[in-house]
Amino acid sequence: MGILSTLLLIPLLGAVAIALVPSQYHKAIKWLAILFSGVTFVASLGLINQFESGTFHMQLVEKAEWLPQLGIGYHVGIDGLSFWMVLLTTLLMLLSLIFSVYVEKRAGAYFGMMLLLETAMLGVFMSLDLVLFYTFFELSLIPMFVLIAIWGGANRKYASKKFFIMTLAASVFMLIGIVAMAKHYAATTGVWSFDLVAIQAAVADGSFWAGAMQLQPIIFWSFALALMVKCPMFPFHTWLPDAHTEAPTAGSIILAGVLLKMGTYGFLRFLLPLFPESSRDFASLFMILAVIGIIYGAIVAAMQTDIKKLVAYSSVSHMGFVVLGIFSLNHSGLMGGAYQQLNHGISTGALFLMIGLIYERIHTRAFKDLGGLKAQMPIYAALFLIVMLSSVGLPGTNGFIGEFLALIGSFQTGAAGLYGIHWILPVLAGLGVILAAVYLLIMFQKTFYGPITNDKLKRLKDLKGWEIGLVGVFVLFIFWGGLYPNTFLKPLEKSIAAARMMAINDGGQRPSWAEPTHEISDSGDLMRVAERTETGGWHEDYPGELVAKANHHFLATEIAVELPGPEEMGHGDDHGDDHGDDHSEEGDDHAEEEEEH
Amino acid sequence: MTEATMPAIEWAMIMPVIIMMLTGCVALIIEMFWPKQNNNLIVGVTLAGLGWTAFNLIGQLGSPAGETLNGLVVRDTMGLVTQLVLVGVTFLTVLFSEPYMRQKKIAFGEFYPLALWSAAGGMIMATSHNLLMIFLGLEVLSIALYCMAGLSRQEHKSEESALKYFLLGAFASAFLLYGIAMFFGATGSLHLSNMPDHFHGEENLLVISIIMMLVGLGFKLALAPFHQWTPDVYQGAPTNVTAFMATASKAAALVAAIRVLSSFAIIEIYWQPLLVAIAVLSMAIGSLSALVQKDVKRVLGYSSIANAGYLVVAFLADYELGDPNFTSAIFYLVVYSIATVGAFAAISIVAKNGKEGTRFEDLYGMWKNSPLAAGALVVFMASLIGIPPAAGFFGKLLIFQSALEAEFTTLAIILAAASVASAFYYLRIMHAAFVENQGPIPTQAAPMKFGLKAALMICIAGTVIFAVTAGKVSQTISGDQPETAISVMNTTGEV
Repeated sequence: MGILSTLLLIPLLGAVAIALVPSQYHKAIKWLAILFSGVTFVASLGLINQFESGTFHMQLVEKAEWLPQLGIGYHVGIDGLSFWMVLLTTLLMLLSLIFSVYVEKRAGAYFGMMLLLETAMLGVFMSLDLVLFYTFFELSLIPMFVLIAIWGGANRKYASKKFFIMTLAASVFMLIGIVAMAKHYAATTGVWSFDLVAIQAAVADGSFWAGAMQLQPIIFWSFALALMVKCPMFPFHTWLPDAHTEAPTAGSIILAGVLLKMGTYGFLRFLLPLFPESSRDFASLFMILAVIGIIYGAIVAAMQTDIKKLVAYSSVSHMGFVVLGIFSLNHSGLMGGAYQQLNHGISTGALFLMIGLIYERIHTRAFKDLGGLKAQMPIYAALFLIVMLSSVGLPGTNGFIGEFLALIGSFQTGAAGLYGIHWILPVLAGLGVILAAVYLLIMFQKTFYGPITNDKLKRLKDLKGWEIGLVGVFVLFIFWGGLYPNTFLKPLEKSIAAARMMAINDGGQRPSWAEPTHEISDSGDLMRVAERTETGGWHEDYPGELVAKANHHFLATEIAVELPGPEEMGHGDDHGDDHGDDHSEEGDDHAEEEEEH
Repeated sequence: MTEATMPAIEWAMIMPVIIMMLTGCVALIIEMFWPKQNNNLIVGVTLAGLGWTAFNLIGQLGSPAGETLNGLVVRDTMGLVTQLVLVGVTFLTVLFSEPYMRQKKIAFGEFYPLALWSAAGGMIMATSHNLLMIFLGLEVLSIALYCMAGLSRQEHKSEESALKYFLLGAFASAFLLYGIAMFFGATGSLHLSNMPDHFHGEENLLVISIIMMLVGLGFKLALAPFHQWTPDVYQGAPTNVTAFMATASKAAALVAAIRVLSSFAIIEIYWQPLLVAIAVLSMAIGSLSALVQKDVKRVLGYSSIANAGYLVVAFLADYELGDPNFTSAIFYLVVYSIATVGAFAAISIVAKNGKEGTRFEDLYGMWKNSPLAAGALVVFMASLIGIPPAAGFFGKLLIFQSALEAEFTTLAIILAAASVASAFYYLRIMHAAFVENQGPIPTQAAPMKFGLKAALMICIAGTVIFAVTAGKVSQTISGDQPETAISVMNTTGEV
């Protein structure tokens, strides 16, 4: 059994083990849960060694038959994108389980559900089979439903059902879409298959959608709606504030940190590679919804009187940046979107953790009961400030890099007028950053400054050592991600470049996971590799044949139509051929060198 | 037809029914000889008989299709699997019946022989191409069920349920019989395989015949618009009887309907649209009406209507694809039966001291008193909603797959919408089990008996195992034909 299956199995075994422990042994259950998630985390660190960041191909692939007559298989693997999501999941789960020592009520079920949830989330990020993906995608519903329904706040019944029904409603139609995909695959190749790699290979060479273009938008939307609800994008975000407000702290951390990412991960993993034409056609619509979400989420957040609800709405706003970056279909934008996914997991996860810490002490989250906390809890205030500023996107913190890249990328696409995206959209989105500063600073002010009005606060002591340590882990990643983002961007690079080319290139020039000779060069071109290094990798010194350039979509005609006059960003159009490249500074030079090879 | 020759009997084919019938007789004799004793011996004998039957059926699974008694009894994979379902649900029902009936103070030994005979009637129904045999099976199944529904003699609800079921059931049987008569009038035979390929006579007669039979069988299947009895009877009958009714009677009627309808191929243009309408109506009524109900058993009654609609969609798709074993319909029947029997078993735990509370409030606090039952309820509800990895998901997946392949896209979408709507009430059941008891009624702490525990464990295991081995199971259902669709893993999956 490979490392990925092991990662899936450990939390599941943990859940079973906890189910067998009699419920009166609270302590044992808690330690067991932390132990199992700790082991999962340590095991996932093993991925760092084994992961090869120089390729976009799926790695550590494991396959087994499941329903062979239907073409459904157990097929897992990771690329750069899932690599970070897996690590984020194991880390956040460990941290939120450590925090959960506060939970007293029905500990066995609580920790069992959390571990089951971990398996489901890891499965989502590893699955390379559509049915397997759907299985894990839906499996995550039940534990989260139970977590909110039992350990939630006063309005938990409503919130848990709303969460369940809204996500289920959308994803059932995704199931039909998945079956329709497989059916169409059977129509073109003669065999049923739900295998992502196999289907994407057919999409990549253009044979899949040839003659079925009218089908593509329909199936696209069946996927897109499910992922948009999960993400959540305006106007499908309404379940999120309720779910967040009612969920227990650890549930909120996981919900914001990982569950929402299933949506945006799905955009990158399924929408772009499988529905290239539709992704391009509807990119502008996604951008518009993302911008509405950014602005709307920010404004509504500023109105909240409950600190947790404020952060929940800020999630709607921040996830808008992820979508904005992804559907700019621009390398910087996609990198920013993918990176912002991780950042949001860290920053918002940390915010929910901080809120949970104070909630466990005074059992209120309303601003009117807070205020003046800084004098009582200086360390808490300082840590909160750091976490909050990372959420604002202050330079030096991780949030800045992600949002900046996403904005730059979408502005480049908008300025070039590609995919019908207007440049005003990223400009408006930029306002969201300012609004974020507004509502988060107001939140900080209301919580930490002013006189203490609530007598309960006067008895408060500052954070305990282990709590500081817990937050410290988040703070470490906030600065690491902000000061040296390359650690995180490097493994993403190839997978993101491939995802982008899968969407924007024409059939036959798209990278394919199933094609072992395909590689992305350091300058972002798609190469057909003749020879490899001893380790199985490939780099620029080895012979390779150019399949498609990184800037393939910037066709001269498109530029001519879209950019009649000299544009401030369009410095590439003096070449006159297919160079309109205005997105990756270094990529341009490299690309020209490549051509001379 | 002039010389009366004794037809050659292949005993192996009718063996399962014979075992079931005889076990029922033995159980009744035991009850007659030791009427004052507890029922443990009867339960033991019943379970042993059921186990033997199941063993016998599994042994036949691989054997070739055939018929005996002049074609009165046929053996094919669909029939064998359905018989197994019938035996299985009877087994599970019997397992959890004794503790439940003792709590309700209706521990009558007659229940066991009745259940066995009823199931045997279903088995006859499922394995015949002769309309008279199907009718005979249906009556054996039903008459036993009428008695079982009224088992709780002190309760008005139970009596009302039995009477209602009996009157409407008799009415529906009359429709079926009338349809059979029409068929005889049109073809001069009671045998479905005597249906001519080209019919030159009075086609109208056949159309009326199939409509009549649809009414009769649709009643047993709890299809809308013949569903009115379902919630009332489900609510009134003792829970173990409801569990049996919701699964066994549906399984037998489904297979009978499949056999009848698919032999009416020459007039399919008449019954297909009718069936589509019935399916849509069932799904809509089943998933929407239950939203306002206050009683768990009523809700499960509506769930049974919606699921009957899903089964019809599966049948239509399989029929269109020419699948002789109706894989997706039968597979869904299997996973539905397990989840439904399990759900009824789990809620049977709230019965105490002759009373039976099955309103949502009565489930409150279940989690505290019997975590196993509450946890099991989550699993079964997940399976009924169709949440992976529960087996119900694969049932729905197979239906979607067949429906899309057969170009029934609209039906598939309606099915998806119905599943979402029905998720509301499944969630309510799930939720009720986890709510803490705040009301004035003290939480009933019925101790878990071994039989109930075993039944729940078997159902959970079935829900999980059928999910993991969905490939194997659906292969068994579709017979041991050579695989037509070869796994893509072997062809294009090499990365």
